Amino acid sequence: MSTVTSSGTAVVTLPADNQILITREFDAPARLVWKAWTTPELIKRWWAGERGEVTSVEVDLRVGGRWRNVMIADGGFEVAFHGEYREIVEHERIVSTEVYEGLPDASSLNTLTLVERDGRTTLTVLAEYPSKELRDGHLESGMEGGMQESLDRLEQVAASLG
Amino acid sequence: MARAATTADAFNAVAEPRRRQILDLLAGGEKPVNELVAVLALAQPLVSKHLRVLREVGLVEVRDSGRQRVYRLNARPLKDIDDWVSGYRRWWSGRFDRMDVVLAELKESEDGDEHGDQ
Repeated sequence: MSTVTSSGTAVVTLPADNQILITREFDAPARLVWKAWTTPELIKRWWAGERGEVTSVEVDLRVGGRWRNVMIADGGFEVAFHGEYREIVEHERIVSTEVYEGLPDASSLNTLTLVERDGRTTLTVLAEYPSKELRDGHLESGMEGGMQESLDRLEQVAASLG
Repeated sequence: MARAATTADAFNAVAEPRRRQILDLLAGGEKPVNELVAVLALAQPLVSKHLRVLREVGLVEVRDSGRQRVYRLNARPLKDIDDWVSGYRRWWSGRFDRMDVVLAELKESEDGDEHGDQ
């Protein structure tokens, strides 16, 4: 199954019970996407999205190094995240932890992947959270169609219920 | 570390593939439990357990029809999940749109540096 993305469209899917996968294509080579992703003064410009202003970015880009970002959200309150780098493959891949300092128990393990083709780069972020499930069945391997597809179908039903 | 309640909301309830399968089946109309068991090819107690979880979060409703228990979908709680995913997507889309601007500038400065550093 392939999902075609274009600039301007972030695709979010939930491939497993404890995962979120975000996919986005950029009109730039991987080394520039990497630069935008890892350079503090550049991170400052995009990391808060439309939701506030970044006030502080710390990046110690080496295995075992830490990162910390702070932003002032639109509501005026401060939001901080930090984590540790676990794996770094330049221009290709970063595995790091992410902790929201308001909820320190709920950390995720994030894998950034960059794949360049014809000067364009597909970026994916897979965020894996500790499973909260007491599983009563096993996750089937090769589970086809994430929750998104089910939701899409079910949403139509919901709409028809009025 | 404290363990969160496992199936306290629709989000957790649909995290299980079999339960999503049940919802998909019920999206086609209400069904008696024995029909669900037959289609899913699972042991009845396991199907009942999944149905109980789905009932607890309000995703399915049950009525008695003669000697059968008939289940139907109530999709409204799914809206919470959809809202959550949509919010997450908006958040990331905002970030990525800003990255586009940064990247356009990086490309431009590189083009200007063609004879510059390595």
